[in-house]
Amino acid sequence: MSRVGKIARRSFLIGSAALVGGVAFGAWYVGRPAPNPLKPGQGEAAFNPFVMISKDQITLIAPRAEMGQGVSTTWASLIAEELDVDLDQVTVLHGPAAKAYYNSALMGEVLPDKGYDRSNFQHKLGDVLGHVGKVFDMQLTGGSSSMKDGYTRMREAGASARETLKEAAARQLGVKRNQLKTERAQVIAPNGTKLSYRDLAVAAADIEPIEAALKPRSEWRLLGKDQPRVDMVGKVTGTSEFGIDVRLPGMKFASVRMNPRLGGGMKHLDASDAQSMPGVEKIVDLGDGVAVVANNTWLAVQALDAIEVEWGDAPYPPESVAMFDAIRAAFEAEPNSTLRDDGDADAVPAGATLLEAEYEVPYLSHATMEPMNATALYTGDRLQIWAGNQAPTFFQSKCAEAVGLETEAVEVNVTYLGGGYGRRLEFDYGVIASKVAKAMQGTPVQVTWSREEDMAHGMFRPGAVARFKGAVQDGKAVTLDSRIAAQSVTQSMMMRLIGSPGAGPDKVHVEGAFNQPYAIPNYRTRGYLAQMDLPVGSWRSVGNSFNGFFTESFIDEMAIAAGRDPLEFRLELTEPEWAPAANVLKQVREMSGWTGKTPEGVGRGVAMSYSFGTPVAEVIEVVDEDGSIRIARAWIAADMGLVLDRRNTEAQMFGGMAFGLSAACFGEITFADGMVEQMNFPDYDSVRMHTMPKTEVALLETQEHMGGAGEPGTPPAAAALANAIFDLTGQRPRRLPLMHDFDLLI
Amino acid sequence: MSTTLKVNGKTHAVDLPDDVPLLWVLRDEIGLTGTKFGCGVASCGACTVHIDGEAVRSCQVPLSDVWGDVTTIEGVGTPDALAAIQQAWIKNQVAQCGYCQSGQIMQAASLLAENPTPTDAEIDDAMQGNLCRCGTYPRIRAAIHDAATLMQEA
Repeated sequence: MSRVGKIARRSFLIGSAALVGGVAFGAWYVGRPAPNPLKPGQGEAAFNPFVMISKDQITLIAPRAEMGQGVSTTWASLIAEELDVDLDQVTVLHGPAAKAYYNSALMGEVLPDKGYDRSNFQHKLGDVLGHVGKVFDMQLTGGSSSMKDGYTRMREAGASARETLKEAAARQLGVKRNQLKTERAQVIAPNGTKLSYRDLAVAAADIEPIEAALKPRSEWRLLGKDQPRVDMVGKVTGTSEFGIDVRLPGMKFASVRMNPRLGGGMKHLDASDAQSMPGVEKIVDLGDGVAVVANNTWLAVQALDAIEVEWGDAPYPPESVAMFDAIRAAFEAEPNSTLRDDGDADAVPAGATLLEAEYEVPYLSHATMEPMNATALYTGDRLQIWAGNQAPTFFQSKCAEAVGLETEAVEVNVTYLGGGYGRRLEFDYGVIASKVAKAMQGTPVQVTWSREEDMAHGMFRPGAVARFKGAVQDGKAVTLDSRIAAQSVTQSMMMRLIGSPGAGPDKVHVEGAFNQPYAIPNYRTRGYLAQMDLPVGSWRSVGNSFNGFFTESFIDEMAIAAGRDPLEFRLELTEPEWAPAANVLKQVREMSGWTGKTPEGVGRGVAMSYSFGTPVAEVIEVVDEDGSIRIARAWIAADMGLVLDRRNTEAQMFGGMAFGLSAACFGEITFADGMVEQMNFPDYDSVRMHTMPKTEVALLETQEHMGGAGEPGTPPAAAALANAIFDLTGQRPRRLPLMHDFDLLI
Repeated sequence: MSTTLKVNGKTHAVDLPDDVPLLWVLRDEIGLTGTKFGCGVASCGACTVHIDGEAVRSCQVPLSDVWGDVTTIEGVGTPDALAAIQQAWIKNQVAQCGYCQSGQIMQAASLLAENPTPTDAEIDDAMQGNLCRCGTYPRIRAAIHDAATLMQEA
């Protein structure tokens, strides 16, 4: 078992309060500095794991997956701000998979509290829990955590390198370090003499790193201002290297076919026809699937089509109907969690109006534009692998296991990701490429999945069912009682990572339901876990992706039942609970010119979700266009506290909303005979140019703590749309995708 | 049997079966990886290239049917010599993951060649076959309008 697995078994109950015990265990461990993975060559100096300077160039390491969120640019800006260099003077690299690049912010989110009401002490505790990221070697991009994680550490890395370079200059010039200034990668002496960082690097490398105070916000040159993204020129000229673009000398092209009944195994394989097809070099029996290695990816796919396989049965109910029966059956068992239980949710206030509703959402694919792929070269005692991945240290250990090598013998090269959304937190595509490479010892092989293979072999967002009860009285919400049933993403991912589902309440499962900043006197949320042997995974905003729809649909139903304007109803519930949530609602009210009334043929809906530390309110306007519904306009307001790059963060907001709208309208993965029924984009459509609403985004900075940006735009989208459709049609959407019940413009 | 085709002004002799789609000839044989594989069934537009100036889905054109000169994203402009349309994309900071953007730019370039000042409705019509899972559409639209202006001025 992997080292990570051993630590987890010994010390962790994932998702439970027992994590604190893990921190105690980790105390000795986190104090140890992680080794610097940068190995400077002749004439180069690595000041810390994030800054490397040579005679020729300054390199900053942004060891987070660049999947479109602009992390490489903003991460580099944090370092560059203090280092006193501009982004046009540096090269930004992802760097190797390494302990030093652990994520310090992500595990802070496992505290089983609501988040928004955390005291400073609890925020501190979250920071301490962050060390868990280091114990696990958890180099991971997810949970909208990168900026929280890097904000202080990266500025410190830049400041330390700057002061060390100044010290080298001070010694050379015979002056005191505090007499020197720095600007655009140069140290400037009192007499105007300029020494470039590149010339000072080697001398500075011999100096013990110096700690320095951070600049006040008023002196920032880069942070808080829009920076041109470092990956933009490459992405508009076709020169950026995604995983699928890796080209190595002598490389072969392969494709793979796994059991369409996921995890079902393989009974019989007949590849005799494929063997002699054009371009085919080798058929690789993977035990639970088959790969063809050829001189061209397309020819490999043609050969796969000619292979006859008898597949094993699915280890889960083979039809969607039966799967949802299993999900509903979870309500009959004891809840896994009751993370909020304010007041008495069972009491029925006299004279109150009671409501009940059941909602259902389907399984979903991530459907990244770049299908799963990885490139690997196995040489007997070593494995090199190239892929876009959000968790390279896990990727490394799993690929090592797959070919029987020590983790240290595997080199992971992280490329740009043609979309991640959580799918590339997984390692399945790396393991397959590693096995194929082992069968092709000495020859690099790129294994690309067809779109059909990708669609059918996801780590799906789980289908989920919610049962809500509520009560309103005198125009106010008095009771909100939600029950959420689905497979557990946490347990499914933990099974894949460490072979054990963990224990304790699964917070992720009820995120977006239990922790909403609403002052409702009787407020309870219970989570129910359905057991099924189908892999489920993190899909942009995870539990919030379904709980945002459930909760904000039901809040809307409560507002209507109370005879109230849905926006004012929410405002009244948020104001006493948490001001930033009320602020984003006021902002969308103002931006959209919300009056609570819409003309014939127009509908408007609002939703507000708090996730990953950030409240986001969205108003969506739909119009009846000759009998079909067009999503015409959208207004988004978010408050993540400090905004490091406004233009880039705005893109995350409208992109996150678009991702949520695509799923709400068209997204579903269904099963028949154990197999996914959707094959390709025609069966799994998205919002497109003509169906994307005109959108305005406002970013407030009224909250004290930093929230995330990559995911919080997604959770309110489906509910805002459903609420708008209700306003337009009078029909309440209670299941997704909406295309089954409404005539949407396509 | 070797097939000859001209890509970005350069002639290539390719030794692959006739039915191999142009996409896979460009990517795996010639090494022009700017053109992307997304679906293989002409439903996402990531593989869009020009043949004699017309935008086509290269995943649907067999090698033997390539009827004219091929232009890929690499032939539009380079990091050191950006085309106006690429400058407009940078000015608007369009790309997120960026995977679909080669195809978006190729489709938009062909729209602008036919229609130098497209309206929003014309952009909707021309671009709706190009999928972007990151949802960059508002900035693609703005960049097309900016590119139209830049190209008028040129």
